[in-house]
Amino acid sequence: MDAQQLVTILLVEDDPGHATLIEKNLRRGGIANNIITLDDGGKAVDYLLKQGDYLGDEHPAPLLILLDLNLPVLDGYQVLKIIKNDERTKNIPIVVLTTTDTPQEVSRCYELGCNVYVTKPVEYAQFSEAIRTLGLFLAIVKIPKKE
Amino acid sequence: MINYQPVTILLVEDDPGHAVLIEKNLRRAGIANDIVTLDDGRKAVDFLFKEGSFKDDLHPAPLLILLDLNLPVLDGYQVLKIIKNDVRTKNVPVVMLTTTDNPHEVSRCYELGCNVYVTKPVEYAQFSEAIRMLGLFLSVVKVPGKE
Repeated sequence: MDAQQLVTILLVEDDPGHATLIEKNLRRGGIANNIITLDDGGKAVDYLLKQGDYLGDEHPAPLLILLDLNLPVLDGYQVLKIIKNDERTKNIPIVVLTTTDTPQEVSRCYELGCNVYVTKPVEYAQFSEAIRTLGLFLAIVKIPKKE
Repeated sequence: MINYQPVTILLVEDDPGHAVLIEKNLRRAGIANDIVTLDDGRKAVDFLFKEGSFKDDLHPAPLLILLDLNLPVLDGYQVLKIIKNDVRTKNVPVVMLTTTDNPHEVSRCYELGCNVYVTKPVEYAQFSEAIRMLGLFLSVVKVPGKE
């Protein structure tokens, strides 16, 4: 990402194996930013809206969100809908990063306002490769600053 | 790009040198999709809405748009605003691909609904490299299907 901006990446992923693989391969893709991992949709919303356990938290850095769809408590669609419909968070770029690739799910996510949709490949090596590609790309993306 | 349907990439770029470099480096990254290049914002809007000189055109394939900001006739902000405010085109992913990296311009584009913002590096080799990263990334991205 942009070196000057110190963007924090919020990874919302409930599978611990995937979470580790994703973090490892983002780093291999050259991403040096802080990565915060949360394992359910409710925690993600609380973190982003600074409520619940995160009431009063300050998040100094602008965010980019990597969002799985299959999450407990609130699923990814619900998180996406809430974040993209709230003035405070609607401009945070969201990359949906999930296992399903059915066209209906893809269209549904874009309808809800996701910025980009990436399907996790099933096979380990391709999964790693896709995440590294994501990392390399995120290094050239500009993120909107926080208000 | 996407498995089910061939995605046409619409490149809106008025600098012919940049247009050639972009196409060349997307191809080097393995992008085999059709690339349609238009050199002003008005043509881009007409193409997308099948008006003006593109009346009666058929665009069977889903689209992804690479959009420069500095365009004649209608600039990139105007094109972005029109696309993202029309129900027929609002879910088409738009990647801003432009020279400015001013944080206000970045935020403005995300406010207007761009999916991703990429700044074109000034230096030739870095420009080519950034476009290749973009190409590699586009090959793992899913875009919404046509309605």
